Amino acid sequence: MTAATNSAKNAPLLDVRGLSRRFAAVDALRDVNFSVEAGEVHALIGPNGAGKTTFIHHVSGALQADSGSIHFAGHDVTKLSMHRRVGAGMARSYQITNVFLGLSALDNVALAVQGRPDAGSSFRFWRPVRTEHALFDAAAGYLEQVGLRDKQQSIAGNLSHGEQRALELAMALATQPKMLLLDEPMAGTGPEESARMVELIEHLARHVTILLVEHDMDAVFRLADRISVLVNGQLICTGTPDAVKNDAGVRRAYLGDHL
Amino acid sequence: MAFYRPARWQKPFAFTVLCALLALPGLMEIFDQSYYIGFATRVLIFALAASSLNLVLGFGGMVSLGHAAFFGIGAYVAAICQQGGIVEGLLAFPLAMGVAGLFALLVGALSLRTRGVYFIMITLAFAQMVYYLFISARAWGGDDGLPLSERMQFAGLSLTDDKVLFYVALGLLTAIMLLLGRLADARFGRTIQAIRENETRMEALGYPVFRYRLVCFALGGAIAGLAGALLANLTGLASPALLQWTQSGTLLVMVIIGGVGYLYGGVVGALVLLLLEEFLLGFFAHWHIVLGLLLIGIVLFAPKGVAALFDKHRSQP
Amino acid sequence: MTQLFLEQALNGLQFGLMLFLLAAGLTLVFGIMDCINLAHGSLYMVGAYFVAAAAQAADSFWIGLGAGVAGAAVLGLLLELTLFRQLYRRDHLSQVLATFALILIANETVRLIWGPAPLMLNPPEALSGPVEIAGFFYPAYRLVIIAFGLAVAGLLYLLVAKSRVGMWVRAGASNREMTEALGINVRGLFTAVFVFGAALCALAGGLLGPLLAVQVGMGESVLILAFVVIIIGGIGSIRGALVGALIVGTVDTLGRALLPTLLRALLPADAAATLGPALASILIYLLMAAILFFKPQGLFPARA
Repeated sequence: MTAATNSAKNAPLLDVRGLSRRFAAVDALRDVNFSVEAGEVHALIGPNGAGKTTFIHHVSGALQADSGSIHFAGHDVTKLSMHRRVGAGMARSYQITNVFLGLSALDNVALAVQGRPDAGSSFRFWRPVRTEHALFDAAAGYLEQVGLRDKQQSIAGNLSHGEQRALELAMALATQPKMLLLDEPMAGTGPEESARMVELIEHLARHVTILLVEHDMDAVFRLADRISVLVNGQLICTGTPDAVKNDAGVRRAYLGDHL
Repeated sequence: MAFYRPARWQKPFAFTVLCALLALPGLMEIFDQSYYIGFATRVLIFALAASSLNLVLGFGGMVSLGHAAFFGIGAYVAAICQQGGIVEGLLAFPLAMGVAGLFALLVGALSLRTRGVYFIMITLAFAQMVYYLFISARAWGGDDGLPLSERMQFAGLSLTDDKVLFYVALGLLTAIMLLLGRLADARFGRTIQAIRENETRMEALGYPVFRYRLVCFALGGAIAGLAGALLANLTGLASPALLQWTQSGTLLVMVIIGGVGYLYGGVVGALVLLLLEEFLLGFFAHWHIVLGLLLIGIVLFAPKGVAALFDKHRSQP
Repeated sequence: MTQLFLEQALNGLQFGLMLFLLAAGLTLVFGIMDCINLAHGSLYMVGAYFVAAAAQAADSFWIGLGAGVAGAAVLGLLLELTLFRQLYRRDHLSQVLATFALILIANETVRLIWGPAPLMLNPPEALSGPVEIAGFFYPAYRLVIIAFGLAVAGLLYLLVAKSRVGMWVRAGASNREMTEALGINVRGLFTAVFVFGAALCALAGGLLGPLLAVQVGMGESVLILAFVVIIIGGIGSIRGALVGALIVGTVDTLGRALLPTLLRALLPADAAATLGPALASILIYLLMAAILFFKPQGLFPARA
């Protein structure tokens, strides 16, 4: 896997050690040890309120932990701000669709390409963006990857929900991540759109490591190489889908909810 | 708030207005209304100041209530230069921009770490600090302000002639509007507008949000400094009243009346407000009551113009 | 020197307590309603005018003070019901614009009614002289202001820290949605806080009236000082407002009184003469900048 070449041999791409965070009197995360190997699709599941989103916020840098460390691609990123972690190769999508509704799909992705270190500085004051063909050519490529080639010129606000989710994926891809952090990509999509999204993620997984947070268990078991289960801020189990399916603790946590 | 995109009629329209303005001083003289050359110059200068705030507020999405500080600093730098014997505008104006811009950089570096109500209060407080600094500094005239014994030159031409000052102001405003128009459509403009729309998303795309905001804020400050230097030449005085926070409020009102985030919002707003002032003040000395009621009316009954800016897609954690 | 210092320290305390009266209402409006109110200073000005006018009419300072405070509270109520209620949910730019418009209206209306000349407000006869404390003379009226300020600060503390209403207020400042979810009448709470803030403004304006001139524009400079207090103390925190007000009051007063003397000892006379007043006048802003640098949320942030 190309993603692993930068880091030491056998070291995981993402390595979270002893992560803890308290909000007021509540332990949101307790001593979480978690790793993502380069090339895998690693799903994080757990009941509502288990701390999945909080965990994602810590990994992406939106929140800072009370204690613990986060290493990514061989670098200690524990103290880095969000945009620095993006620079290191982490990209995320949001639970709630988070695209620029007033811009066209192509403009949205071009904005993501423009933010890349290799695209040069954005302190350019004179040349109109629309004449920077390199940005838009690259952006068109990412839209093609997520199946939105025909929607390039559509204003993002007019796209369907599923298309907006796909657009968001294209934006994440455009940052050229080593790892994609997908926060509930299926949330709010209908069955048809879900199926298309699963296919899309399967396709992307061939090129990039994915950390997937998802409620849709069918999707999780179809996509994941490994699954970790977070309950009440603690990681209770990590393993292959089969192992997790048969874990007694997991069954208890879900009370037959999904499994 | 949509991203800025120039309307097709905008360029020809602006060009027509520019041509008309070029003919204005000559016409005024023919009709023996030379007084209005000074008034028109004043409008141009405030258009420049309001446009600089529009860059910060409309494009950058930062509700700064301390913009008068940069405006006033520009005026004082011009007056200090003139008293110190630097009478060439080509030297003094960039200096005014530099000092105002540097101060904006400092204020921005401290205040841009905060958001919302906090940011508004902090910019206001720093502006007030500048105000107090100048009124208590006897070397710079204290309460009375610092007069210019005569107007400066620009590229060797004396600004003492009202017409020359008018054309210089017009030229500089045109140049700055051209820059702002290009900038809004270039990478930088895209970036700051996207940050205005959704800060968190931009951070998640790898943009160092703080840095772009700061540069936008400082650039706005520098342009305000240029406007201040011009105004000091027009009125012959760097007055502490320029630094007063009500001046910041006035600039804000201009931008809002003209249209937040529209390229020519500041220009239109300055024209409308100064015209209102010029003519209503003659009829009714307490015209501020009318203006105040008008503004409240805008907020309550035409909120789209004002509110559309920040309502949608606020950053979410 | 010690005497001067003591006297100025008392002046600083007095000034700080008055700032606290202004900042207390304002910080709650900011904190609970997330609403910026530039017209808070206008309430202070209008309150002072009410007190001065009522005191002249009744020929009694105390009756004037009571009537003026009541008048300002009624005005606050009207403003809250007609305007501010609409503003809470608006963006900050709308709030800035609307409350800036209120300042324009208030200043011109006051000028229209009472004219441009300052109004005189005399302190009560019995308090007009000085009293002797610890070997020096200090104006009795200023001591009364200090007593008033301490009493209100104590009352506010009890109200906010101990009472049920205070609990709602604190809850509202730290988490509005949660408070609403608990079924508390947030609307009524907002109105009450706003009216209370207006009354405190008028109290401060009325009490300071005999010391400063009651005039148009008196609200703006003090408003910005109240902002500095809130920035230092942290939005939404009464404790922060008190600490911030005392810091600003004493630092500003002592700075103006002592800094020029101090600089004269360190610098050549003419340098000290130019630098002294300038530095003294911006001292609190420098302090604010320093605090911001280390604690961007202020000393006592209400929201974690």
